[in-house]
Amino acid sequence: MSSSSIDSIGTTRRIPTNRSKARLGKDKYNLPLTIVLAVCTLAVLVPLFVTVSMAFKTGAQAVEGKAFSLPQPLSIEGFVEAWKMTDFPVSFGLSVFVSAIAVAGAVLISSMAAYAIHANWGRKFFKFAFFYILAAMFLPFPVLALSQIKLSGLVGLDTPLGVGILHIMFMLGFNVLLLTTFLRGMPHELEEAARIDGASTWQTFWRVIFPVLSPMAATVGIFAFLFSWNDFMMPSMIISDPALQTLPVVNQLFQSQFSSNYHISFASYLMAMAPAIIVFVFTQRWVLSGVTQGAVKS
Amino acid sequence: MSLTSSEAPARTAPAGLRPTPKRRPDKTHLFFLLPTLAAFTLCIALPAVMGIFYSFTNSVGYGEWDFVGLANYELLFTDPAIMASFWFTLWFSAVTVIATNIVAFLLAVGLTAQIRARVPMRAIFVIPMVVSPIIIAFVFQFLFARTLPTAARAVGFGPLEDSILANPNLAWASIVIVTAWQAVPGAMLIYIAGLLAIPGDLYEASALDGAGPWKQMQMITIPLMASYIVINVILTFKNFLNAYDIIVGLTDGGPGTSTRSVAMTIFSGFETGDYAYQMATATIFFLITLAIAVVQMRLMRRKDQ
Repeated sequence: MSSSSIDSIGTTRRIPTNRSKARLGKDKYNLPLTIVLAVCTLAVLVPLFVTVSMAFKTGAQAVEGKAFSLPQPLSIEGFVEAWKMTDFPVSFGLSVFVSAIAVAGAVLISSMAAYAIHANWGRKFFKFAFFYILAAMFLPFPVLALSQIKLSGLVGLDTPLGVGILHIMFMLGFNVLLLTTFLRGMPHELEEAARIDGASTWQTFWRVIFPVLSPMAATVGIFAFLFSWNDFMMPSMIISDPALQTLPVVNQLFQSQFSSNYHISFASYLMAMAPAIIVFVFTQRWVLSGVTQGAVKS
Repeated sequence: MSLTSSEAPARTAPAGLRPTPKRRPDKTHLFFLLPTLAAFTLCIALPAVMGIFYSFTNSVGYGEWDFVGLANYELLFTDPAIMASFWFTLWFSAVTVIATNIVAFLLAVGLTAQIRARVPMRAIFVIPMVVSPIIIAFVFQFLFARTLPTAARAVGFGPLEDSILANPNLAWASIVIVTAWQAVPGAMLIYIAGLLAIPGDLYEASALDGAGPWKQMQMITIPLMASYIVINVILTFKNFLNAYDIIVGLTDGGPGTSTRSVAMTIFSGFETGDYAYQMATATIFFLITLAIAVVQMRLMRRKDQ
């Protein structure tokens, strides 16, 4: 500790910590650190800026392949072409369809399963079901892919519907874990009061349990959307008909052909990315808290 | 809805008050769980069992097959292509875990300090988490293949004048960069939660004792963050082992097969007819994932005690 006593000569006049600074006054900001972090945001913003900037260029300007030149003049030519080439309404619609199934399933099926397990925790069968579902967290898609491709083809689910179902099932373990933990923290009296009033199990779930569960269910739903919307691996493996592919997979076509028509490919990338970013902007609160809750419980 | 609500109350109301294990389970509860359990078995458990089963056969994905015992496994461990993909995946994952966690930790420390525009900056740093991995890999592919060489030529920096994606010795770096770019926000948010949970008095007390910021980082922040570091290292490692989307978008396993991950190797079994053989690869891959999960649970339990 001798060295720290020497240090203290220099530090006594300083206001000690980050957190106590807040209490002492709001004008004590760490300006150098703010600048460093602001520069770091460029690592995130530059790729996004390049995407937007390339997307709005004309074909003639995009061919140059200059990432940092601004679109001159602004053009939506790339979007018009990308719209046609990716058959955007269809691939967008299919992506929405897959994500909708994944979100609805993640929210409803996981909530119902979590409630059933929570309410019957004393029964061996339900306890077994809980650990059985949880075990799937150790089975990533690459391990199961070959069998799943074969099986989904056999039963005609090598379609967007099949991918939606698989998305639900791959997330089930994690979601049930989150939701049962949440239910365990719920006061028992809520459910009992509903029972005394003569509510059935079904009514109790919808009128008492689900509303209580809704903040966690919202988090589960948003993550289901982000995962499902952005996924490339599962649709590319499971969906056999190229005409039924989702947006991330369709965008692969720019890799082989038209490789110098950057304005078209980047317009297409932008249209594929934007929905997830927009959802994030409106649901930040749940996304930020969800990551933390997930980590603490997993 | 009408079906259960009309008859259920009379029977289940007392059970709800004091659940006795011997009473038969509520029908609605069974309805909530059993169909899901059945679908789960068909979608996850059955493929898992099938995969292990076929790994002991010579199946090509259809038609007749015979049991071949451990032949696939014996072959696999001497197959340089498969071993290379395992080593690449493990090594790439380890490097990316380190890069991701260092950057995420530093950003978390920065973002919990007294800075301006904290909320908007935090939001910006989270964006990479919500963009599609393959799409952002396509964007980075352009930056690595076109922009970076142009910039290197402009300043005359030899090593980067050709696309790093085409260089078998450097292509992995592009995958590490993009994977870390995407994985940093998740780890960062967990570190932020950990940092906010450290009582402020600790810093005040240590400051009174004369500890500077560096000493505080060493003596307070890092020891108290140890469990969060463990969580993040395991979570990110588990994710990176499944690397696929970003690699497809950047190098598609190339140049040659220098950046082929285990997932890509397994998937190739469907096109090449090495069906049973790649099932064996998948089984080994599963055992590795399982081993990591066991380590994770051990460490977590120690944390709880």
